[in-house]
Amino acid sequence: MSVQPCCVIVGAGQAGLQLAVSLRDLEYAGRIVLVGEEACVPYQRPPLSKAYLLGKVEPDNLQFRPSTFFQEKKIEYYEGVCVDSVEREQRQVRLSSNEVLSYDHLVLATGASNRRLPLPGIELEGVCELRSLADAQQVRDRLSGCRKAVVIGAGFIGMEFAAVAAQLGITVTVVEAASRPFSRALSNDTADYLAALHREQGVVFRCDAQVNEVLGDASGHVCGVELENEDRIDADLVMTGVGVVPNDSLARASGLQVDNGIVVDEYLATSDPAISAIGDCASYPSAFSDAARVRLESVQNAVDQARTLAQRLTGQSIAYTKVPWFWSDQFDTKLQIAGLSAGHDQTVRRQQAGKRGFSVFCLRGDRLLAVESVNSPADHLLARKLIEGSASATKEQIEDPDFDLKLLINN
Amino acid sequence: MPSITYVHPNGERQTVEVKSGTSVMQAAMAEGISGIVAECGGSAMCATCHVYVDPEFVEHVPDVQEIEDEMLECAASERRESSRLSCQLVVSDEMDGLVVHLPETQV
Repeated sequence: MSVQPCCVIVGAGQAGLQLAVSLRDLEYAGRIVLVGEEACVPYQRPPLSKAYLLGKVEPDNLQFRPSTFFQEKKIEYYEGVCVDSVEREQRQVRLSSNEVLSYDHLVLATGASNRRLPLPGIELEGVCELRSLADAQQVRDRLSGCRKAVVIGAGFIGMEFAAVAAQLGITVTVVEAASRPFSRALSNDTADYLAALHREQGVVFRCDAQVNEVLGDASGHVCGVELENEDRIDADLVMTGVGVVPNDSLARASGLQVDNGIVVDEYLATSDPAISAIGDCASYPSAFSDAARVRLESVQNAVDQARTLAQRLTGQSIAYTKVPWFWSDQFDTKLQIAGLSAGHDQTVRRQQAGKRGFSVFCLRGDRLLAVESVNSPADHLLARKLIEGSASATKEQIEDPDFDLKLLINN
Repeated sequence: MPSITYVHPNGERQTVEVKSGTSVMQAAMAEGISGIVAECGGSAMCATCHVYVDPEFVEHVPDVQEIEDEMLECAASERRESSRLSCQLVVSDEMDGLVVHLPETQV
């Protein structure tokens, strides 16, 4: 009697779930075990910092698939269970439920965790973060009684929250260590545009500023923050959004190579050929960063890496070469980013007459690295194709609204 | 509650009842209807929830907005007059009986 192979997937976020689904779609001939540490059906995270907080979506609408789906697809979903250790020699994992699972292939899709600020007062009631549905539920509850909010960190999560809070009539102050919001994620042009949008809606920025301490009242509830220069800002809610750290401790403990994430090759394989890693936790060499390692936190990265790996595990080994893309919603503005802008030395703005949207093209020399599109999905879609083909473009071509950029697509 | 019928490329039909205010995409996800991917979760960012509205209902659904219009251009399956992103189709009582056809592929 032949024994069925078994693929164990650690982590039931967007990457882990997509892998399970894609393996079944590609007729993987074996068991698929999906282990998730949260005690619920896998759900979408992007709306948690946006529509969910505004009350436009309910938890039921966040589920990727109904609970019956797993049985139908013969995906063994272990919810509320952690993987405590990997025993590579025996090819087995030990679960927090004390169960031991043998694997033929193990996939780490463990995601990332929010970075914690080592600040006095950070444990006070009313200091929040956003990652899980439980976090978002807590924030949503607190928003109803909130009048003043302080956001620490002007990255995407912090700014999406700021936009929501401002829309709800809350006075919002954003404290950022760098000299401008979004400085790690966006070109200065796009960052300044979005910051201006926030200011118009009443959001106040304190850039080049550090929080010294989170202040509490007698009941242990947050009442504000104190900056390094001793300025005090009142708040009944403090949101922290200061980046993430990859969940690579399981890989580390198993002796796999780890370097700002679980190190994988272009096939998403770790240093152990029986183990792969995908999604937020995986550090891979990207064709769109001159083969430098990147670790991306996005839906696209999670989903496309899962699909690529599913192909390898069903016999069609291909390298992961998808163009990275990202999005954010703030107020009624849609931001879409294609490519990786790190290392750009020039930005060029392109705007079509009569359109409210525009795009910022990030170049190194003539090589197009990334395009940030504001309310211009057509530009974004074109940008993905341009970047996929390593297109070059000149400043004059980009600036000229009559020049058809499609002519630059390399096939 | 209004009902929506999803017609798969092989002709198979699935009919579900949905609350008004739910999008055609959300209803499909909740019912586990394959053929709608909805990678971006309904933000009109990915064009993987593409459907063709049945000719009989084209006039009963709200108009395509600019963002959706641009995104539809990148749908994986052919764009037609009746093409919509189902995340942008919010079901109302007037749309009871809506029939949408699923494309061959979403990615």
